Amino acid sequence: MGYQFDFSDVLAYWPVLLYGVVITLELTVFGTILGVALGIFCAWGRTNGSKTLRIAVGLYVELIRNTPFLVQLFFIFFGLPALGLELSAIEAAILATVINLGAYSAEIIRAGIEATPKGQLEAGASLGLTSIETFRHVVLKPALARIWPALSAQIVIVMLGTAVCSQISVQELTYAASFIQSRSFRAFEAYFIVTAIYLGLALILRQLLRLCGRFLFPAQRHS
Amino acid sequence: MMNFSTWDIIHNLLLAARWTVALSLAAFFGGGMMGALILFLRVVPNRIAGLVARFYIEVFQGTPLLMQLFLAFFAPALFGMNVPAWVAAFAALTLWTAAFLAEIWRGCVEAIPKGQWEAASSLALPYIAQLRYIVLPQALRIAVAPTVGFLVQVVKGTALTSIIGFVELSKAGTIITNATFEPFTVYGCVALMYFALCWPISQSSRWLERRLNAAHQAH
Amino acid sequence: MPLIKLTNLHKSYGNHEVLKGISLDIAAGEVIALIGKSGSGKSTLLRCVNGLESFQKGSIDVGGQPALTNAAGLRILRQKVGMIFQQFNLFPHMTAGRNVMLAPMVVKQMSAGQAEEIARKMLDRVGLGTRFDSYPGQMSGGQQQRVAIARALAMEPLALLCDEITSALDPELVSEVLAVMRDLAGQGMTLVMVTHEMRFARDVCHRLVFMHQGQIHEIGSPEHIFAAPQTPELRQFLGVEAA
Repeated sequence: MGYQFDFSDVLAYWPVLLYGVVITLELTVFGTILGVALGIFCAWGRTNGSKTLRIAVGLYVELIRNTPFLVQLFFIFFGLPALGLELSAIEAAILATVINLGAYSAEIIRAGIEATPKGQLEAGASLGLTSIETFRHVVLKPALARIWPALSAQIVIVMLGTAVCSQISVQELTYAASFIQSRSFRAFEAYFIVTAIYLGLALILRQLLRLCGRFLFPAQRHS
Repeated sequence: MMNFSTWDIIHNLLLAARWTVALSLAAFFGGGMMGALILFLRVVPNRIAGLVARFYIEVFQGTPLLMQLFLAFFAPALFGMNVPAWVAAFAALTLWTAAFLAEIWRGCVEAIPKGQWEAASSLALPYIAQLRYIVLPQALRIAVAPTVGFLVQVVKGTALTSIIGFVELSKAGTIITNATFEPFTVYGCVALMYFALCWPISQSSRWLERRLNAAHQAH
Repeated sequence: MPLIKLTNLHKSYGNHEVLKGISLDIAAGEVIALIGKSGSGKSTLLRCVNGLESFQKGSIDVGGQPALTNAAGLRILRQKVGMIFQQFNLFPHMTAGRNVMLAPMVVKQMSAGQAEEIARKMLDRVGLGTRFDSYPGQMSGGQQQRVAIARALAMEPLALLCDEITSALDPELVSEVLAVMRDLAGQGMTLVMVTHEMRFARDVCHRLVFMHQGQIHEIGSPEHIFAAPQTPELRQFLGVEAA
């Protein structure tokens, strides 16, 4: 006899799933806002900062981009207490997400900044703006508009990546799946449903980011 | 209880890192072949093939790799089969890699100017010949750098296979941490080893890209 | 019997009608220039004859055979009429020789030896016999365009369609390409060209077709078109509007 699929056992745990969705979104929202802010700062540091700052940012970006998120998370959650920095699971997860997205978005935003036409900088300087004022008022917004699609894609990747936070017992969606399968003994169904939820979240998030882009950068469709 | 010196930790991690390398290479080549197939379905002028490829890419890019690993691990059980962790790890990573490589390569195919397709069709070349002789050789050239770059993602992706019980670098880190209670040192070493694997690949990808751009400007 | 017969060709992009019923007979050995303002539909017309654009109504016959618009029919059509583009569209990853050899080998199943022999002959014909092993990136625009002509000729087409083939060239390189075209015309090749080179059109072409707003507005010999334009649109186009 073939296997009898039974999704109802899993769906009976819908409050657990819903809670998981909320935590996953919480990680994503905090991670995105703080991570992109960190990325903007690092991108500025790498293009306009002092030599020390450039090297420091470069090191950070390379270190994060060339190691797995899972290891970063374990290092923060299990390793940092040795330095006296004790974090709760959710704090560690948010911190890891921010640090991770910070590095990727720094690199993406830097590319956007470097594509700024030289005339724009000269125009800013000729109006008597300081370099920071030029960055803030002249460079940043068009740069973000240019790389918004790449940044959006990275944010979706980060959202999907938060799945590993279950490994330090953050009760997000993947944790919900493990919890449900341990109670219902329906491993495949549990993971299948949660995978489908992730797919839905990814599609919705992508559309939301597209709308955000249209709202934040109206009429800048030139690139 | 054993006593681990720092050298013991590094030695054991290095032994486990071999599996990270092996799995990365296997998944990269397996994914490359599968990705070529998906790419073909994606670009060939057939609506159904295109839809199948897009659905495949959407699903594997729109869900966490960790979920794909879990499903690859648990799905065979439905048919009464118990697969070892490395089989599930290889299968999931291959399918995941294929989706991303297919999408990267599609971008390269679309970067070929329309005039090349038109010149090829005006010479009466059939579609497959246009792809084979004109478009793919040129797309391949620009695909090298991003493809090498994606290898870094594959290496990092293998870390997740520790969660379904495949003993590679990350899993070894957890095991050794549980024995030594030195998470800072152990995970620090694990991170540095990943870095030692990935950074040279990232750099060569960048170098390849610069070389290609320089060649373009020389034209 | 005309070599190429266009009958009541209609084409539109959405609501915008680009070709509004074009009928034209082209005899074998005839050299025809399509002239007119940009947007008058002359390039689109040429691209329809090569099957690069589809059309909604009308028909194209080449050598007495109606051109079919399925994949196989298009390949047959394209073996009969070659096309040369404004941007050359040489394959940058192949040498000049390989560019010319490709279609004979793939489409006509020739051996490499045969194809090479033809390629050398064709490159000789356009004055580039010594550049067989050069890559497009190593050649001037004029040389690249001549390779593109050789590439089209290697398929032994009944006619060549030329879409503004000198428009992307630096002024000093135009004449070398036109010289090749002049030779081809002298050898009896059927040529249909979209061109802005009025002197060439006057000196070499048998008939000029003035297109205006998707229709053939005036047609006739160069003497007729240049000396006695009938319509105000053509007079304005030629810049001879009497004061």
